[in-house]
Amino acid sequence: MKLMWFHLMPYTELPDDFKQKHPSVWVDIHSSLFDPKRAHHMYNDFMDEMEFAAEVGFDAVCCNEHHSNGYGLMPSPNLIASALARRTTDTAICVMGNSLALYNPPTRVAEEFAMIDCISGGRLIAGFPVGSPMDTCYAYGQNPSMLRERYLEAHDLVMRAWTEKETFAFNGRFNQQRYVNIWPRPIQSDPHPPVWVPGGGSVETWRWCAEMDYVYCYLSYYGYKTGLGVMKGFWEEMDKLGKDRNPFRAGFLQFVGVAESRSEALERYAEAAEYFYGRCLHIDPKFAQPPGYVTEATQRVGLQSQVVKAASYQEKFKKRPTTMKEIVDDGYVIVGNPDDVVEQLREVAVNMNVGNLMMLLQYGNMSKDLTKYNTKLFADKVMPKLKPLFSEWEHKWWPKPMQRQARAELPAFSPRVEAAE
Amino acid sequence: MPFERMNDPLPPTTMRLKNSKEFLPVSEPTTTTIDINGHACRVWTKGSGPKIGWLAGFGGLPRWTPFLDELAKTRTVIAPSLPGHPGATGHNLLDSHLDWIVAARQVIVKSGLEGEDIAGSSVGGSFVAEFAALWPHKVKRIAMIAPWGLFDEKDPATDVWAQRPDDQPGVLCANPQIWQDFKAVPPGANSVEWPIEQIRASEAAARVFWPLGNTKIEKRLPLILAPTLLLWGEQDRVMPRSYADTMAKLIEGKTTIKTVPGAGHLADLDQPAATAKAILEFMS
Repeated sequence: MKLMWFHLMPYTELPDDFKQKHPSVWVDIHSSLFDPKRAHHMYNDFMDEMEFAAEVGFDAVCCNEHHSNGYGLMPSPNLIASALARRTTDTAICVMGNSLALYNPPTRVAEEFAMIDCISGGRLIAGFPVGSPMDTCYAYGQNPSMLRERYLEAHDLVMRAWTEKETFAFNGRFNQQRYVNIWPRPIQSDPHPPVWVPGGGSVETWRWCAEMDYVYCYLSYYGYKTGLGVMKGFWEEMDKLGKDRNPFRAGFLQFVGVAESRSEALERYAEAAEYFYGRCLHIDPKFAQPPGYVTEATQRVGLQSQVVKAASYQEKFKKRPTTMKEIVDDGYVIVGNPDDVVEQLREVAVNMNVGNLMMLLQYGNMSKDLTKYNTKLFADKVMPKLKPLFSEWEHKWWPKPMQRQARAELPAFSPRVEAAE
Repeated sequence: MPFERMNDPLPPTTMRLKNSKEFLPVSEPTTTTIDINGHACRVWTKGSGPKIGWLAGFGGLPRWTPFLDELAKTRTVIAPSLPGHPGATGHNLLDSHLDWIVAARQVIVKSGLEGEDIAGSSVGGSFVAEFAALWPHKVKRIAMIAPWGLFDEKDPATDVWAQRPDDQPGVLCANPQIWQDFKAVPPGANSVEWPIEQIRASEAAARVFWPLGNTKIEKRLPLILAPTLLLWGEQDRVMPRSYADTMAKLIEGKTTIKTVPGAGHLADLDQPAATAKAILEFMS
């Protein structure tokens, strides 16, 4: 199976009384809480951590896109991915992803992803999320009634931009371009970089992923207990559509804290987990449901099915545990010694039939030292035991980079020599 | 108390108040449909006398209202649904403001309101203004309750789509219970489709007006020649009262501004009798 290292890049210094004094971590979070000079250190720590994860052998490093968000400091994940492309060699770079309807014209996504694919020698996983309501409709002012139509059209435009050989005119409902002809083109051109789609449990997204042969990723902060129901629905839909149960069709996000013992893990990771679930998910429910964001088909299923309801945005705003004991009991964060974690993750992967596990090993205000400890212990003692899982299946949705020897030699980084002072 | 009305002799009229025995029976209108871009749009008609058109406000018309009954006492009330509002679909075919204006024109013409008096509230009021501006000789008189279309950064309209579920009724109506009753599933209605229909109405409005409600209507208001009544709920928490003055200054036709005591944004729901009276007097 594939073990991927995911960073949300949370602002790590939200005040202790954030939840009491501020209505939301997202959309209208106050600018006075952001210290750019502290963020300088955060960004550099985060990128160190991602490079470290690549060094210790994770299959991929993942970043994503958020706007006006105190727990996600990556309005442009492509900037991070571009830096990672230069500082890693064999690790896949998973941009999870670019919210297609936010780019005008959407060919910008085709271009930037092609750049990352070229710089990295063909290591890009191209994530295409619709984007959360907070990011797309509120922070970016996109019309919720047109978001999905725009998303689907932008997707078609990006695909044609990647695959058509001749300059063409795109005469879409929302986008019109006389001359579409992107330079550069992606290295992965057979037929294009692998496309992964993060979704929240909408039936249409499952069907679309099956139709397009894309990987579906359920990215929830609420762990495998919530995820089980959603993934059950996903696989039942795949059965209906006559698709095989290849576990690499699916991805899942899971928070993990590994230490030498369970009690040590609980102690080490409590502060970071409680920071994340207490402060980072403090989102004003008024930003939950822009009308039209959830399609009528999904509303209909949601009103009739608890499975889909569990994944709805409305559900995400209900009161959630914020103490370490509850967070662990509810399965949001998996903690334990390496063997415990192996067993729990094996159960998660097998029960959900998910071949791509995206691990959140940094969360909340976790320090760089603790993040590296978590990452290294996971890589040394957990990863080797999980890797063989699902080896009977072919992973058809993984990047196909250039041969190692054909790729550019990256010069060693010498900050002391290059430093201006 | 939301029902306290200063200097207003009329008793409060409600549709149905929970925890209250007060209930004003509302009889049903006749229903016909018109075709707009291949989608059926419901037209409700009731009463007798000269025609008056009604384009409903935010949320549309999930049910007939006491306000429309007041109008129907002396007028033939014709209330067509705009695309995507209760009784009509087809909003998702409309991508631009021009698409919406053309659809609203078709709604008005096909429901027999060309050349007649037309009134509308909030979302519907905005289309009454657009129709009167672009086809100035096709209306007699217009009345608009807090119509949408303007946005002033110094006095911003409220974001009706960014409200906590418990707050929204109080944003739209002075008496939140009135909005809740207006939108409540009636006995025997489909409990799945009804809530979807209500969200669809909000989506349809969003499709035109997201994110600020600004359609730059100020560019077209000077084209309105018809005598115009601008009504504003005294407790309107959505559209600032200053917008009434801005609109009145821009409209070419003779314009009157009136406020409705005890009413919020959807004044016709909060104060049906007083709102209907103001409109009927203006259009008499």
